[in-house]
Amino acid sequence: MKPTEFEYHAPKSLDEAVGLLATLEDAKLLAGGQSLMPMMNFRYLMTSHLIDLNGVAALIGIEEKGGRLHIGSMTRQRDIELSPLITQHAPLIREAYSLVSHKQIRNRGTYGGALCQLDPSSEQPCFTAALDGVLSIAKQEDGRLQLRELPMSDWAQMYMTPALEEGELLAGVSLEIWPQGHGYAFEEFARRHGDYAIVGVAALCTADAQGRLDRVSLAVCGVGPGPVRLLETEAALLGRPMDEAAIRVASDAARQLEVMSDAHVSADYRQHLAGTLTERALRTAFSRVGRQSGGQSNRQS
Amino acid sequence: MDTIKVKTVVNGVAYERQVEPRRMLGDFLRHDLNLTGTHYGCEHGVCGACTVLLDDRTARACLTLAVQVDGHVLTTVEGLAAADGTLNELQKAFRECHALQCGFCTPGMLMTLTELLNETDDPDEAEIREAITGNLCRCTGYQPIVAAALLAAKRLRDARSGAPATQSHPAE
Repeated sequence: MKPTEFEYHAPKSLDEAVGLLATLEDAKLLAGGQSLMPMMNFRYLMTSHLIDLNGVAALIGIEEKGGRLHIGSMTRQRDIELSPLITQHAPLIREAYSLVSHKQIRNRGTYGGALCQLDPSSEQPCFTAALDGVLSIAKQEDGRLQLRELPMSDWAQMYMTPALEEGELLAGVSLEIWPQGHGYAFEEFARRHGDYAIVGVAALCTADAQGRLDRVSLAVCGVGPGPVRLLETEAALLGRPMDEAAIRVASDAARQLEVMSDAHVSADYRQHLAGTLTERALRTAFSRVGRQSGGQSNRQS
Repeated sequence: MDTIKVKTVVNGVAYERQVEPRRMLGDFLRHDLNLTGTHYGCEHGVCGACTVLLDDRTARACLTLAVQVDGHVLTTVEGLAAADGTLNELQKAFRECHALQCGFCTPGMLMTLTELLNETDDPDEAEIREAITGNLCRCTGYQPIVAAALLAAKRLRDARSGAPATQSHPAE
């Protein structure tokens, strides 16, 4: 129940961090530590070198730039949850974080850490997919810091395996800002409050002056290795009024998703949840269209 | 394995120790600083018994390395009572409401609720229950813990506004 020995490195800059990652053999990156440290305590995971990113200030922060929100990978989940920028521009994220674990974990846990951990039913990859996230990935090449971008749709390679190559680390994520008054909702089913969901659904929408849907985003987690966007369904909903028939179209499609199955949760049940949660999420999102975000109570955490 | 110097302030007292990188904060507090009030339960972040305040925010001492608190400020359960041992309002309310039986979860419960009461002076029952979802108690059934938090919050508000003291059992 104690980690094996390792050497500890605490880089202060991104350059230094990717440099260490490029040169050290058998190194792991430490973000918030809320998943990595339990694995090290149990000795499921042993490493020769631990590179602690908590001192890399360049990886921390939330800003609005060019119509997108830019969030550093080492930004703490709790700071995102409480950020006025997030409340104003992406209330979906705030709602999703109300379902993520417990405050003590969100105080330490980081957004980038959760994306790299890539639990199939984690809420954070799911809202990232719904908001058309673009990941910024850093690496040292020829002694210099190089950055590349990757859309969230290409992030999940397989079960708990993100598309990070040797020597790469996730530096940050940019997310699309939806117009003020857009509809949003995050719905999930978990066995206990704060647990990873079995299945979760993120919904976003806007409507034109006649109340017809002119933009929809639907992402489902807990059905495959990474979040799944219902792109065909999103397109099929455009031009429709925000009614029960539209909800039915989406929930029927979600019930048809090809889903994974395991010893605890059957494929049938996951499909059932995907349908039901899509229904709930869209209904809530529809009801919120036209409301200004940012006015909600600040008390729930 | 080389050791690393850690300088930290715990409950207002500055400490400096050489530790192995794999030393967990909970073990550092208990074994290196002899502050055994912080309890160690599951050691994988689930039970909440080891919860401490790290720079005024709750954190699991079992998921934090001692080397990570270098230059940071900690509060543990030993830091709640006054120097002469007088319990603070939250601790008093715990005693009066029977919010502990075996006491194993109590340090974590107190630190979690300390954070909540620092953030809001009038938490409702739902907020208190939400706050302690990450702390397991196998004795009390949580009911008296929620009652204690409500009572402590009320007393702290009363003290600020100069209202008369609230009894723990209004019927008496």
